[in-house]
Amino acid sequence: MTIDETPRGSGSAGESHRMARSRTTARDLERYAGLFARRTQGMKSSAMRDLMAITARPEVISLAGGLPDTSTFPAEDLAALMSRVAADASARALQYGPTEGMDELKSCIVQVMAEEGMDVGADDLLVTTGGQQVIDLVCKTLIDPGDVIVAEGPTYPGAVPTFGAYEADVVQIEMDVDGMRVDLLEQMLDRLDREGRTPKFIYTVPTFQNPAGVTMAPDRRHRLVRLAAERELLVLEDNPYGLLRYEGDPLPPLYALDGGEYVIYLGTFSKILSPGLRLGWAAAPRPVLEKLNLGKQGADLCSSTFGQHFVIEYFARRDWRDLLGSLRELYRRRRDTMLDALAEHFPREAEWTRPAGGLFIWATLPDYIDTTDLLARALREHVAFVPGRAAFLDGRGASAMRLNFSGVGDDGLREGVARIGKVINEQVRLYSTLTATAPAAPRQPAAPASETEATPAPESEATPAAGPEAARIVPLRRRAG
Amino acid sequence: MSRVAVLAGGQSLERQVSLRSAARVRDALERLGHDVIAIDVGPDLVDRLAETHPDVAFVALHGRDGEDGTVQEILELVGVPYTASGPSACMRCMDKVLTKHALRDAGLPTPDFYAFSQTAFESLGAARALPAIEERLDFPVVVKPAAQGSALGIRFAPTPADVPAAIVAAFSYDTKVLLERHVAGRELAVSVLDGPAGPEALPVVEAIPRGGDHYDFEARYEIGRTDFVCPAALDDETARRAQALALGAYRVLGCYGFARVDLMLDSTSGEPTVLEANAIPGLTETSLLPQAAEAAGISFAAFVERVLDLALARTPA
Repeated sequence: MTIDETPRGSGSAGESHRMARSRTTARDLERYAGLFARRTQGMKSSAMRDLMAITARPEVISLAGGLPDTSTFPAEDLAALMSRVAADASARALQYGPTEGMDELKSCIVQVMAEEGMDVGADDLLVTTGGQQVIDLVCKTLIDPGDVIVAEGPTYPGAVPTFGAYEADVVQIEMDVDGMRVDLLEQMLDRLDREGRTPKFIYTVPTFQNPAGVTMAPDRRHRLVRLAAERELLVLEDNPYGLLRYEGDPLPPLYALDGGEYVIYLGTFSKILSPGLRLGWAAAPRPVLEKLNLGKQGADLCSSTFGQHFVIEYFARRDWRDLLGSLRELYRRRRDTMLDALAEHFPREAEWTRPAGGLFIWATLPDYIDTTDLLARALREHVAFVPGRAAFLDGRGASAMRLNFSGVGDDGLREGVARIGKVINEQVRLYSTLTATAPAAPRQPAAPASETEATPAPESEATPAAGPEAARIVPLRRRAG
Repeated sequence: MSRVAVLAGGQSLERQVSLRSAARVRDALERLGHDVIAIDVGPDLVDRLAETHPDVAFVALHGRDGEDGTVQEILELVGVPYTASGPSACMRCMDKVLTKHALRDAGLPTPDFYAFSQTAFESLGAARALPAIEERLDFPVVVKPAAQGSALGIRFAPTPADVPAAIVAAFSYDTKVLLERHVAGRELAVSVLDGPAGPEALPVVEAIPRGGDHYDFEARYEIGRTDFVCPAALDDETARRAQALALGAYRVLGCYGFARVDLMLDSTSGEPTVLEANAIPGLTETSLLPQAAEAAGISFAAFVERVLDLALARTPA
């Protein structure tokens, strides 16, 4: 299972069933292994993945997922719309559809993109099986083994196995509160240029980034689009969360700034309607779109016509903005709940982002805490998060974590953050005992002070010289200049 | 033909490995014609055993609860014979500190070490003793949680400055940690299997990390990052000494049925030394014990059958 967007599996029943039908012997394994493509070597199992697999236990409060809350969708609505699809379009809904997607669905997509200020024609669109397929098709279309992809650091953990499968060489650019450091990107492009290497595309989630929760500032958006045009580079703008804004004014997507010249746009119905539909889309320059289309023919011919009919019906009979509005309300409250809980339970040494939208908060702990190990400890308290390493391809992110606030109710969020805070505080205290430094005063008197704290000790070097306000906002490293 | 309950899964961090071990065991048992009952170990374990009346339980659990004697105590209590070691041997193997004390008391070689509980640091000022330990062990040292079967939480500390973070990481897995002198050399694993003539050591397996990175503990047992050679390319005398040491450790720890002893062949002294023992080593397609058994001409099915017979032959503790 991917550690990211996939919900828990069928549980122990499913596992025992799988247990029953294994016929592999050591010799078999060698025989199959000889047949595997070279690219599968990049798809390895790891201790972290084994750890993530046990986060699916029902007693675990999982802040590790990336799941939208689908319980808000009224069941009677789903039933009514499904009946209409069955009554009005039965034969068509059960049939194959065009690879590029149904025209009526494309009109829905045009509406959704217009909501964020993008002007797109139906001919510029390719309907896909979730946004994830766009990442796969773009790699399939552009990446030969060893080709460079530039991504953010941290990047969307779900893109990591895709990049790996196409044997891309991924270069990650640092971020700060204002998103990708475009100045560092430019330096990196210069360096690659000197090495005679041209990146095939720049992958970015500019708005409410997964996992960092930060948003690319307007000036950086303009600069990125300009860079792409000057250097004739493609940008893959992954924008699943743009409409899930909880405060502030919307920013123009890169696609709107560039007019579809160098930006390939990835959109999805997963976060504004339902991830179970598995419907997303790409908007891309025509020659690229044609190749993506060919790639999709080979992958799955067309995305579910049944799902497409459902979306068409939904857009025709309901105002899709209503559901979006209620989701925004719900997630805004949950974000605030999580931010309050973080302020209450996380130690002063921790920092985290304050996202204006989306589904994720990225927390950074003192560098002596390894969040993969911490996850093992947290699982004993029945709580889970995504260790930061999952968002890097180079081992960075060891002391960071991604927290999701959309998939768990308020009580679960408070309890989950409290439990994580408890184990972090435990490790902070232990470390200061070991190094004979005092941990920063806890934000709340809640954490009982251990005896060792009473003895006067020099100020910890790990303590950032920042007040509580800074600690609440400072996410990643701040901009240099 | 017996009615065999295969115990798998559970709550330990090694749940996934356990499921893979159990899948293979079940398959072998079915082929041997046994009646197999799969039990994913949870709060209903005692009820499931009562309902299904197995003749014997095959314990394919790794890590906490399954390998530390907890499940074995329950099986003793409900009177179901089970495979591999009993509660006390399991406890001694699962807790590396107990393992090393038992070996040292018996005069068997194991790298120098010091162990601490979390309380020792929190309430007894053990941090004050760290410099002395660091002096006595020399660097590098390896920091390990006392009870964690996989490579999780094991850190290599090249300098004193790396020790505190390594200790914090190790305490993520257990309330007790050990600092052990790092022994440079070749990594060997010797599996021991009981038989009619008593326990015998199987051919030695050597783990060779690709790219020579001996400090990446996670890579140690991962396919593609480590090569396993069985039998290891050792001269007869060295192989014999490694096997004798493993057998000695098996006896001192009181193991039964089968176990795997991990050794280092010290590159300085040329002598083997015991790092740890596993009361229920992995039984997956890529695990070391099945490879060693195969090298000794014992198929996986024959291994499973023998282990089952031993379980049924054992008189209740």
